[in-house]
Amino acid sequence: MRTVLPCFMLALLMPFCAWAIDPSDKLADPELQAMYLSITQEVRCLVCQNQPISDSTAPLAADLRREIKRMILEGQTEGEIKEFLVERYGDFILYKPRFASWNLLLWLAPGMLLLIGFVALLRIVSRRAQLPIDEDAP
Amino acid sequence: MSGSSLKFFIPIAAFVGLVGIFYIGLYKDPTLVPSPFIGKPAPEFDLPSLQAPDQRVSKADMQDQVFLVNVWASWCPSCVQEHELLMKIASNGTVPIIGLNWKDERSAGLKWLQRLGNPYTAIAYDYDNVVGIDWGVYGAPETFLIDADGIIVHKLVGQLTPEIWQEEFLPLIQEAKSRAPAEEGAG
Repeated sequence: MRTVLPCFMLALLMPFCAWAIDPSDKLADPELQAMYLSITQEVRCLVCQNQPISDSTAPLAADLRREIKRMILEGQTEGEIKEFLVERYGDFILYKPRFASWNLLLWLAPGMLLLIGFVALLRIVSRRAQLPIDEDAP
Repeated sequence: MSGSSLKFFIPIAAFVGLVGIFYIGLYKDPTLVPSPFIGKPAPEFDLPSLQAPDQRVSKADMQDQVFLVNVWASWCPSCVQEHELLMKIASNGTVPIIGLNWKDERSAGLKWLQRLGNPYTAIAYDYDNVVGIDWGVYGAPETFLIDADGIIVHKLVGQLTPEIWQEEFLPLIQEAKSRAPAEEGAG
């Protein structure tokens, strides 16, 4: 009994692992399959936003997965496939926006803010260094 | 302004600015995805007709014409709501409307037309969403306005209402028609 019960409980968990979105017809080439997974995890499902098409059960996501698979089998590169999608659905479809003139601020703002903070820090520290040392300070 | 009051002012100004941006963001509709298509040539399509599977409906049929492409499906409630307006546009003869029956059962689509009437000049049947993806469709209804050079002038995602038709579509249609190449015989 001591081993049967845990085994039974483990067995209960198993079917849930098999609930993949499209478990059928994996790409034969493991490299292409990896590319397929990496693209579908980075493409937004426009019907159920905030879900990548790799996780989505929406019919549109299934259609996009089918098209992506077809293009991979045609020998297109990851860049070409993303370009295809962006041309049709706009940059919004990619979770990681591409570097472009209209979103320069988005890409550069973190660096700029870091720089501003660093300059401010330097100024404060150097001003404090010039202050007379207060012996009575706690 | 002295240095210390500036020190107080900058964070407050930055905070107010951010709040302003977020406030505007609250009222934006995140489901409206800007189309990268405006001003670009409409993608080609060549699909079987909904009513007659052995006939084709293609972009070439509409050469040199200003026309609408309306994406619809019988399962789509907003399509029913905009249908009356499409019927009116068709009977006025403002512009021809090409239907793209999208991810729909043929029999359901035909029944729907029988019940509500058919405003479309021709209907392309896209069960597999091949042309839909090519046109960047992500829901129904969607309405595209295409000019005589085959360029997409406008795209609407969601239901076409009389207000949107009056304010957005009609001016663009008139402008597109004035740019259109003269009818045959002129050149």
